[in-house]
Amino acid sequence: MGIVQIVAVILILVLLVKPVGTYLYYVFSNEPNRTDRIFGGIEKWIFQLGGLKNRKGMSWKKYAISFLSTNVVLVAFGYLILRLQGGLPFNPNGIGEMEQTLSFNTVISFITNTNLQHYSGETGLSYFSQMAVITMLMFTSAASGFSVAVAFVRGITGKESLGNFFEDFVKAHTRVFLPIALLVALTLVALQVPQTLNPTIEVTTLEGQTQQIAIGPVASLESIKHLGTNGGGFFGVNSAHPFENPSPLTNVIEILSMWTLPASLPYMYGLFARNKRQGWGIFSAMMVLFVLLLSLNFYAESKGNPAINAMGIDASQGSMEGKEVRFGIPQSSLFTAVTTAATTGSVNNMHDTQTPLGGITPLALMMLNNVFGGKGVGVINMLMYAILAVFLCGLMVGRTPEFLGRKIEAKEMKLIAIAILIHPLIILGPTAISFLTDLGQGAISNSGYHGLSQVLYEYTSSAANNGSGFEGLADNSTFWNMMTGLVMLLGRYISMIAMLAVAGSLLRKKPVPETIGTFRTDNGLFTGILIGTVLIIGALTFLPVLVLGPVAEYLTLR
Amino acid sequence: MSKVQKKKLLTGPIVRNALKDSFIKLNPMTLIKNPVMFVVEIGTIIVLLMVLFPGYFGAKESVGFNISVFFILLFTVLFANFAEALAEGRGKAQADSLKKTKRESFANKLVGDVVKKVSSSELRKGDVVLVSQGELIPGDGEVIEGLASVDESAITGESAPVIKEAGGDFNSVTGGTRVVSDEIKVRITSDPGESFLDRMILLVEGAKRQKTPNEIALNTLLISLTIIFLIVVVTLRPIASYLGINLDIPVLISLLVCLIPTTIGGLLSAIGIAGMDRVTQFNVVAMSGKAVEAAGDINTMILDKTGTITFGNRMASEFVPVGKETETDLALWATVSSLKDETPEGRSVIELNKKLGYPYEAGLEEGGQFIEFRAETRMSGMDLRDGLKVRKGAVDSIKNWVLSQRGQIPANLDQKSNAIASMGGTPLAVAVNDRIYGLIYLKDTVKPGMKERFDELRKMGIKTIMCTGDNPLTASTIAAEAGVDSFIAESTPENKIEVIRREQKEGKLVAMTGDGTNDAPALAQADVGLAMNSGTSAAKEAANMVDLDSDPSKIIEVVAIGKQLLMTRGALTTFSIANDIAKYFAIIPAMFTLAIPEMNVLNVMGLGSPSSAIISALIFNAIVIPLLIPLAMRGVKYKPMSSVKLLRQNIFIYGLGGIIVPFIGIKVIDLLVSMWV
Repeated sequence: MGIVQIVAVILILVLLVKPVGTYLYYVFSNEPNRTDRIFGGIEKWIFQLGGLKNRKGMSWKKYAISFLSTNVVLVAFGYLILRLQGGLPFNPNGIGEMEQTLSFNTVISFITNTNLQHYSGETGLSYFSQMAVITMLMFTSAASGFSVAVAFVRGITGKESLGNFFEDFVKAHTRVFLPIALLVALTLVALQVPQTLNPTIEVTTLEGQTQQIAIGPVASLESIKHLGTNGGGFFGVNSAHPFENPSPLTNVIEILSMWTLPASLPYMYGLFARNKRQGWGIFSAMMVLFVLLLSLNFYAESKGNPAINAMGIDASQGSMEGKEVRFGIPQSSLFTAVTTAATTGSVNNMHDTQTPLGGITPLALMMLNNVFGGKGVGVINMLMYAILAVFLCGLMVGRTPEFLGRKIEAKEMKLIAIAILIHPLIILGPTAISFLTDLGQGAISNSGYHGLSQVLYEYTSSAANNGSGFEGLADNSTFWNMMTGLVMLLGRYISMIAMLAVAGSLLRKKPVPETIGTFRTDNGLFTGILIGTVLIIGALTFLPVLVLGPVAEYLTLR
Repeated sequence: MSKVQKKKLLTGPIVRNALKDSFIKLNPMTLIKNPVMFVVEIGTIIVLLMVLFPGYFGAKESVGFNISVFFILLFTVLFANFAEALAEGRGKAQADSLKKTKRESFANKLVGDVVKKVSSSELRKGDVVLVSQGELIPGDGEVIEGLASVDESAITGESAPVIKEAGGDFNSVTGGTRVVSDEIKVRITSDPGESFLDRMILLVEGAKRQKTPNEIALNTLLISLTIIFLIVVVTLRPIASYLGINLDIPVLISLLVCLIPTTIGGLLSAIGIAGMDRVTQFNVVAMSGKAVEAAGDINTMILDKTGTITFGNRMASEFVPVGKETETDLALWATVSSLKDETPEGRSVIELNKKLGYPYEAGLEEGGQFIEFRAETRMSGMDLRDGLKVRKGAVDSIKNWVLSQRGQIPANLDQKSNAIASMGGTPLAVAVNDRIYGLIYLKDTVKPGMKERFDELRKMGIKTIMCTGDNPLTASTIAAEAGVDSFIAESTPENKIEVIRREQKEGKLVAMTGDGTNDAPALAQADVGLAMNSGTSAAKEAANMVDLDSDPSKIIEVVAIGKQLLMTRGALTTFSIANDIAKYFAIIPAMFTLAIPEMNVLNVMGLGSPSSAIISALIFNAIVIPLLIPLAMRGVKYKPMSSVKLLRQNIFIYGLGGIIVPFIGIKVIDLLVSMWV
């Protein structure tokens, strides 16, 4: 039965990819289409307000600067509100201002679409902060990432320019995130997720004691949290909380909310490339890697924890420690895989308590950071690996490498080198530093292999802009706030800017017409080569630490 | 093709020099140009220090292991140096033989009207020298007066002398070649040290070798992979120390060296040099490696019809009787008229007769007298014993000759000869005394094998365009016969540039051949321009390759060599990176098994002990370099086929092979190593 649940969700996703991808293509191709009638009016008004009457195509530098400066303004705004929230309205619970490094970490965490939470929503944020900072950044960071991805796709597929950042940014809001978020939020409200500005409810239990029940505008946050692959929960325990994710049905809705948009981007890319097979090739590579890692998690969790099994406890249900009974193994497993693949970072079960082998799945998906991936980032990264694969194997057809008719030369390789270097550097470097310093070691709550996994997970999650926590790490300290803050910043912006530069450089090249001698990137063989490249270049880098962490834990536990 | 001398891959002196050079190349200042091997050398030095001062590093117990690691690392660097030195050595050997040609000679410099004997090294551009029979031409130049046959074997290897004359396309002479007859006045066109020969020596020596664009890009990738693995290895020590596992530095260095792409890093420059060398062995001088690389990327090839696709001389292809004459009679008399005719046209008539199987009475010509072709008569033929005068020649001349004997001109003669002319052929009339039998249809013939070559090019995705001065009708006939993709009739050199520009505008890379001065702009415009050595120096300057044998159809082979060079580079890169999987499975369990005994499960190869596993992986990593030297030098096999097939085949061999081979290799080495460790 468990497998049927998983397969059904994957099937629904595959069915959604084509319509949603086509819709996204219509939105961003900037050609007149039917959606203009619905959204054209309000956009016109926004463009006029913002002085964006003629929205000229931008060079990659201009695009990057527009993207960065918009993000800087949003960060400043968010930081100020968090620091001043005590005196601002919509604060029925009287929550005070947030500490400096925690504010820094929180704002960075949300603008980078990471949503690593070193605070607990119920006690650390006013309703105003939840809405004006957290929810606002959830929209804008997702729209920023989406815009960059669209610009990158335009560049490599040789449109006239990368497009106009502000136009993309506005359209991502008006045509994608706002309408869909509204739809999802209403659905969730219908399925019993609270949406209110009332303060925490105080009830008297049967035993006669009082209990505080936190509520608030949960449904609205929940919907964009997943749609924007943000992941920061309203409550500390995130989507495991019955108010955030009350039933298996809401669970499926949340899974599809975070998964559909990233999974549709390859199809949109195929439409931009005027060759749908290119898009399906990228999608298939992502899906194969996803299913491989999902299977590992499902298998490991279903088998249960050997230490507990050894005590003679019934293991037929699998390892249920840290999982919600209403979801069971399959729905937890799928959620874990999707939330780390799509770099959402919301959790409906505690990854810390997963079995050692099962824990590899979220870690590996974030280390790869290209299996569907977060808003836009996933498709950019996978396309980067595609360029890399073309460069490595393309020579074997006796031509200098070309991707979509454009030559891959030293300049592109330098930029790609930066992007592939930065990921292991900001994961392994800080992990090593944390083990070398008392400040870092102080936060680790488990010894041995599991402690290693905790630290590794924290930085991997930050670097991949995922934001899920392995939890169990006492991470609200100056050291951890600053370290993870920096890792999130570098993890998001360096590779994005490098890839925008790649797109800009490829766009300037004269396309070489395709002949029978051209290296094809739209067939099964290439999908295989792409998977191989991702595994050898992307995954082997992390093999030694994975062996020391989860693998060693597994081997010593069994 | 026949002229390609198969050179032995290795000769004694080349190997000896290469061995010496591998040690000289250990100098870190030179090795830093190859960052991958530089990192290995740094590792080697660190391990050496640990061997020399074990007390300081606390490595007293593992001196034996460290010594082994040191030697394997040292050999890894030496093997890589050897590969490069060997490739360079073969180039140098070629350069040395060229240098012999570049002897100091005396020149008869003309100052005013006076001849002055000066040393050839004193000649400057613009000087005029007189070269007589038996003398060496003192420098590159153009013949401005006279005609002489010149022996160019020193450069081309072709022993038959060639005619050089003032004016026209055969006026360029190369320094170091010898005049075998007559005397010529030559204007020198290059300063000392810049002559064709000098440049050629520099190029084959590899001294002027610059990294090609693709090599630079690949190097960037190799460096970033090296840095990634450096990060992996450097961070592994503190991370493992948290678990109380102490990783020895030599072990970490071994892991690093195994993971970084040493195989391709060590062979990359050898592949490049060897690729250039293959072009040179083909008697084509490429002015840069970039040109060879570009050859692999060619989309469009522009070929002259005459000399490249066709023989250029006309061959009999049909007998066309006129009036009431029969083809059999015509064939007979045409054959008789050609029996002693040694021109290609004459011989082709006899061959055609044989091919068509017409009877021919032997002995008919006995006692006859051969009439040679003369410009005035424009006829040749034979006067037979019995008084019959057999002639073949230009239609007008034959007509006049027959009329002068009061013969009749058949009514359809003009119509038939015009028909032949309009198809681009040349009609030759055949007459015996006052009777015209008919016409021989002389046609330009396509070289044998050209159609197959063009099919191959099509399989590679290369479009061929034929350029010819012929009329469209003739051009289309030849184009169809040769199987080119398109043609340009009545073309001028300006046309060629237009075509090249048009193709380049579409993003295509274009290759062409040429020899005349008026080809020079097009040769310069093309991405790959192959000039003929027999051509003018302007053409040679403009081109980026020169064919010493002056065989324009060689451009096709040059493209194949370019492709082969790129493929070799790609294949070894893929192989090198795919090797990492097996090396991980050898070293990772070995590193951790002592501290975590359960890790032995990962020892899928069942390697003897941790030390033997690490040493075996390192040895495999080292010896794979010399084992692949022959492949790097010779290049991977290339058969024209579609990219999809080609990729499937190469991925299977070098990708899948790259994953599997090291598992076997390391296991076998471990079986041997385990006997001692």
